[in-house]
Amino acid sequence: MVRLQKRLWIGLIILAFLSPLGIILPETFKAGDAWGEWGTDTLEKLLGYVPEGLKKYSELWKAPIPDYNLGGENATMAVQMLSYIVSGFIGILVSGLIIYGVSRFLIKHEK
Amino acid sequence: MHIPDGYLGPQTYMPFWAASLVSWSIALKKVKKELSAKEIPYVSMAAAFSFLIMMFNIPIPGGTTGHAVGAGIIAILLGPWTAVIAVSVVLIIQAIVFGDGGITAIGANCFNMGVVMPFVSYWVFKLVGGGAAKGPKPYVAAFLSGYVGLTVAALLTAIEFGIQPLIAQGADGRPLYGPYPLSIAVPAMALEHLFLFSILEGVVTLLLLKYFLKSESSLIYTLRAKEG
Repeated sequence: MVRLQKRLWIGLIILAFLSPLGIILPETFKAGDAWGEWGTDTLEKLLGYVPEGLKKYSELWKAPIPDYNLGGENATMAVQMLSYIVSGFIGILVSGLIIYGVSRFLIKHEK
Repeated sequence: MHIPDGYLGPQTYMPFWAASLVSWSIALKKVKKELSAKEIPYVSMAAAFSFLIMMFNIPIPGGTTGHAVGAGIIAILLGPWTAVIAVSVVLIIQAIVFGDGGITAIGANCFNMGVVMPFVSYWVFKLVGGGAAKGPKPYVAAFLSGYVGLTVAALLTAIEFGIQPLIAQGADGRPLYGPYPLSIAVPAMALEHLFLFSILEGVVTLLLLKYFLKSESSLIYTLRAKEG
């Protein structure tokens, strides 16, 4: 059981290091955003206008690490790749810890 | 499939927040009853896996990108209600920390990928696999489970996008929120998933089930629930 868990954690860490493939492949094959996930600049180009309500809501939240990128809009590919790996580890850590906390809270009355 | 802020008007995102809140409260009760302490690390790993697999954007050359979600294999291994919690936590982190999916759309995104997808995948796996742990059956069931689960989630997302122009227009008659009608959103999202992203989800689901069947089959919720 413990050995399996160790293997699975190693697998997850490997996935985090491989995650930059998720930006390299789209770049290589000239693919853009996911369908329906365009920012307002892209919508302006696609439609010639930005829907009014959409524009208002789109400014609602400034994420601390937008698009898993720590280097800002003009970041080089190397910075983006590194940001992606760092984001992967933040994801493992934060989601793992929140789930651990929630589960512990839920079943603390047992045993 | 992470709907950003602004694509859904309040008439859409509010009811989906309600649906997700109800789902979460049921899920917490179910998980409290079903989950044992020794399974907690697996739930943490499941969430981490879902987070990571969604980073692997797969391109359609010259077109859009998409990714697997992992909700199907989590539902098979740990049960659909546990999957609801694991995937929802991931989607909330993605929205708040990384701006992947909107804050107002958390309800809809969690409902599509974190509630509907794990349950559809779970039902497909049970229906096709019939609790078999040997032979080709569990593998066929696992592939279809991921394939159908992600496709249904994508269709639901497309419908949410596509009804926006019907629901809300500005003074000039143009759509106020998501601009594309059902006739564009549904075929676009259905086709890209049917022919690429859902196949990826199916393969991921199959390979992981194979790994767990070989290394720790007693852990698998769907096969265990059948016995008990």
